[in-house]
Amino acid sequence: MARPSGKDGVGIMTSVPLPKRVLIVDDDEDFLFQHKIQLENAGFAVTTATSRAEAESLVDEVRPDLAILDLMMEQHDDGFVLSHHLKRKRPDLPVILVTAVTAETGLSFTPSSPAERAWVGADAVLAKPIRFEQLRREIDRLLAR
Amino acid sequence: MQTLRVLVVDDETGMRLAIARVLSGFTVRQADAPDEPIAFAVETAETGEAALDAMERAVPDLLLLDMKLPGISGLDVLKEMSERHYEALTVMITAYATLETAIDATKRGAHDFLPKPFTPDELRVAVRRAVRHLMVQRQAHRLAEEKRQVRFQFISVLGHELKAPLAAVEGFLQILKDGSAGDDPAVIGQVVDRALVRTEGMRKLIVDLLNLTRIESGQKRRELAHADLREAAVAAIETASSAASARGIAIALDGPDKAPLVADRGELEIILNNLVSNAVKYNRDGGRVDVSLEQSASGWLIRVADTGIGMAPEDAGRLFQEFVRIRNEETRHIAGTGLGLSIVRKLAQLYGGDATVESEPGRGSTFTVTLKTGTPTRG
Repeated sequence: MARPSGKDGVGIMTSVPLPKRVLIVDDDEDFLFQHKIQLENAGFAVTTATSRAEAESLVDEVRPDLAILDLMMEQHDDGFVLSHHLKRKRPDLPVILVTAVTAETGLSFTPSSPAERAWVGADAVLAKPIRFEQLRREIDRLLAR
Repeated sequence: MQTLRVLVVDDETGMRLAIARVLSGFTVRQADAPDEPIAFAVETAETGEAALDAMERAVPDLLLLDMKLPGISGLDVLKEMSERHYEALTVMITAYATLETAIDATKRGAHDFLPKPFTPDELRVAVRRAVRHLMVQRQAHRLAEEKRQVRFQFISVLGHELKAPLAAVEGFLQILKDGSAGDDPAVIGQVVDRALVRTEGMRKLIVDLLNLTRIESGQKRRELAHADLREAAVAAIETASSAASARGIAIALDGPDKAPLVADRGELEIILNNLVSNAVKYNRDGGRVDVSLEQSASGWLIRVADTGIGMAPEDAGRLFQEFVRIRNEETRHIAGTGLGLSIVRKLAQLYGGDATVESEPGRGSTFTVTLKTGTPTRG
């Protein structure tokens, strides 16, 4: 069983060789904090970054098993670009892209054409607000591949 | 060249032709746009009915309307126009302007009167006067529209600024409800603390918003009395001192022992609290804040200098606008409502002064607020 189980405590943790590491990148500190504690409670190891630059400088060192990226950071397309870079470096790294755009800006930044989707390379796109179970399902699905 | 459409309504053919001839070569120059004279395109109608038909196709800018017409009268035309919401600036042409008819026509929207018979010059004077009025009216309309847009934008941004902390708090409550944070009391405590930080920020935003609204609506009850700027500065430094010492920031106050002026104490406190707390928030650890009070020819100069992160000139230019917060890597962790400096400037303006900033990225910023002594403007 590759998938980490948490919640029920230490006994089970010892049966899992190493917790899977998730990298979360978002400029919203509350989003980072909320997802960090929830994922940690679910048995993941979590690394956070607040910008694309920080994420890119971290990624070789922390070797995440999965990355969750916010679409809009300093630039509107930072999430896309970061996804592209991560995938070029680590084609096997599952990437979840989180978007929070439509309500405020009226714009949709979901990659629309197949060519765009291929360039971005994200494995899943979720719209904020995301429910944790939903995120958890996506993570489990991607890590089980 | 701008062309205004004029509709001339008179049953006398000679009168229609004469007016059309006078106006066809006539232009009006505006004081604020002398290079753009206004010319006239004249249409005519013989009766009130024909005039209304013409207006149904296109409402003119200017209407020269004879009071006495064969069918419906000039007054009837005005009445019909107001019902149909046709807005044309109207000059009544009349041979017998009794006071009563004049009042009646004015009530129904006529702007001016041109008594018959009139000379070409008198016609030109009346038209020039009408054009000026029309232009002022249009300018006022444009400004009102701009104001409406600014207000609309303000409310949209405000909605977003209020929604963001609420969403964060909801997220934290959801985590506590579904137990997904686990049951470690330390982690639960962190969740609660973060939620409280966001509600605190929201509360500050609402307080700032209420202050701003009171200042702008002039309804803030101002209590003008003999006040001491130094006292307000000391109080503001006191308020900021725990945040400052936690980060090793020293605050110094320079100026005379007394800095008297007639002011609302609450307003002085808002100004100084905003400036000093900003100087601490945007400082580097171990930095300095220098507050100085200087008497000038017309009043007082408050200077608050910090050794903080500073900002680029293009950011400094926008800083006093509502909801403008400079967003970058260095300011990400700093909380603020985006209204403080806008409030400071508006208050300074109530004292005939202003608020300005000089800044150098990485070196620090100096905020200067001028307050004039003498009687401040009543809010």
